[in-house]
Amino acid sequence: MIDDLPLVLGAFWLTIRLTLASALAALVLGTVLAAMRVSPLAVLRGAAAGYVTVLRNTPLTLVIVFCGLGLGLVLDVSFSGSLSVNYLWLSIIGLSAYTAAFVCEAIRAGINTVPVGQAEAARALGLTFGQNLRYIVLPQAFRAVIAPLGSVLIALTKNTTVAAAIGVAEASLTMKTLFERHQEAVVPIFFGFALGFLVLTLPVGLVFGRLARRLAVAR
Amino acid sequence: MTEADSPTSLVKLSQVNKHFGALHVLRDIDLDIARGEVVVVIGPSGGGKSTLCRVINRLETIDSGTITFDGQSLAVEGRALARLRSDVGMVFQQFNLFAHKTILENVTLGPIKVRKVARQKAEQRGMELLERVGIASQAAKYPAQLSGGQQQRVAIARALAMDPKMILFDEPTSALDPEMVQEVLDVMISLAREGMTMLVVTHEMGFARRAANRVVFMSDGQIIEQAAPDDFFTNPGTDRARDFLSKILTH
Repeated sequence: MIDDLPLVLGAFWLTIRLTLASALAALVLGTVLAAMRVSPLAVLRGAAAGYVTVLRNTPLTLVIVFCGLGLGLVLDVSFSGSLSVNYLWLSIIGLSAYTAAFVCEAIRAGINTVPVGQAEAARALGLTFGQNLRYIVLPQAFRAVIAPLGSVLIALTKNTTVAAAIGVAEASLTMKTLFERHQEAVVPIFFGFALGFLVLTLPVGLVFGRLARRLAVAR
Repeated sequence: MTEADSPTSLVKLSQVNKHFGALHVLRDIDLDIARGEVVVVIGPSGGGKSTLCRVINRLETIDSGTITFDGQSLAVEGRALARLRSDVGMVFQQFNLFAHKTILENVTLGPIKVRKVARQKAEQRGMELLERVGIASQAAKYPAQLSGGQQQRVAIARALAMDPKMILFDEPTSALDPEMVQEVLDVMISLAREGMTMLVVTHEMGFARRAANRVVFMSDGQIIEQAAPDDFFTNPGTDRARDFLSKILTH
């Protein structure tokens, strides 16, 4: 079983990469969506609200299978000649599209914690809507929702296992492989992988909790 | 202010009307404010004083009528509106300093982002203004670390940093503990003496007497009367103003 260690480490490394890439994309997309949801243009507000409603209420497995089979096989979306790399990218698209809906809602909740007077003072100085969001509203909104964003990131870390549905060899798919190889040891293997996920997610909760306290805006 | 270059008014409201739902908060308001003039607006709560203040930089929209600032009618939205606002300073009842920025950053943000002033220049000028309002030693602190009176003086410095043509004060001392009112009024009085055009919504009669050129009495969304401060306080022309003054001057 010691021979399988590189396989396991490789699988967790893939899980980490999936998580980081999806987290980054989801944060950017989620922020854009949140900005759209508070924009003065009704079209943008409606589009973002529709996006969030659809993605937040669709099972992630459906989203991932759609990305893998729908986008990948049927629509022939291709990022790489290598099939496994292509499915990796497709699963990142699915994970970030799905997670962005939750990031958007977290940030929107954060925007609601910023007193109206902050944005009014910025408008009174002559800042445009975009500058107001960028310099005044969003920085305060982010600080208010660091802890909830940590929860979203933890959920994302665990959700990367759904990429197994389209054959991405992340941790859970590798666990299945090991189950088949070492049927006598499924319980320790399970606990080993569960522990691996704990090692990934526990620090996220701790770090985000600490950041939330350190960056809190005093009023 | 020299009379020669300012024959016209800086702000002119004509027949301005505004509703909040069924409530008619501004009724046929006509008001001219000359360059360098200090106008104090007083009157009972809910009479439309704050709204009057807020429509001038379009934090509130109006339903009908016209408002011109510096000869131009108020832009509806976008960059032209932002430019107008950058010329009209505003000081709020609740200070509204940017809570996540230091005192100095509060004062330099507008000049840097809106006026595109170089950071170093903006900081130098920001420190001068903080010096002027007596807060220079607190420049690196955050708003929540300052007292209300200090925060409001920073808010005035933030408005001044934009070199505004006018400053609107929306009940600047109403949220302050009594012992901090005077330090804010002192700054406002010195601004008035230097010729800043000001519209001040306040109940501070002392300020009105010492610094205002004109008192405007508002009630139920209307301008009931306007007069020089001494005339208004000693000899109000309407029953409503007399009634209001008797209530606030008894204590």
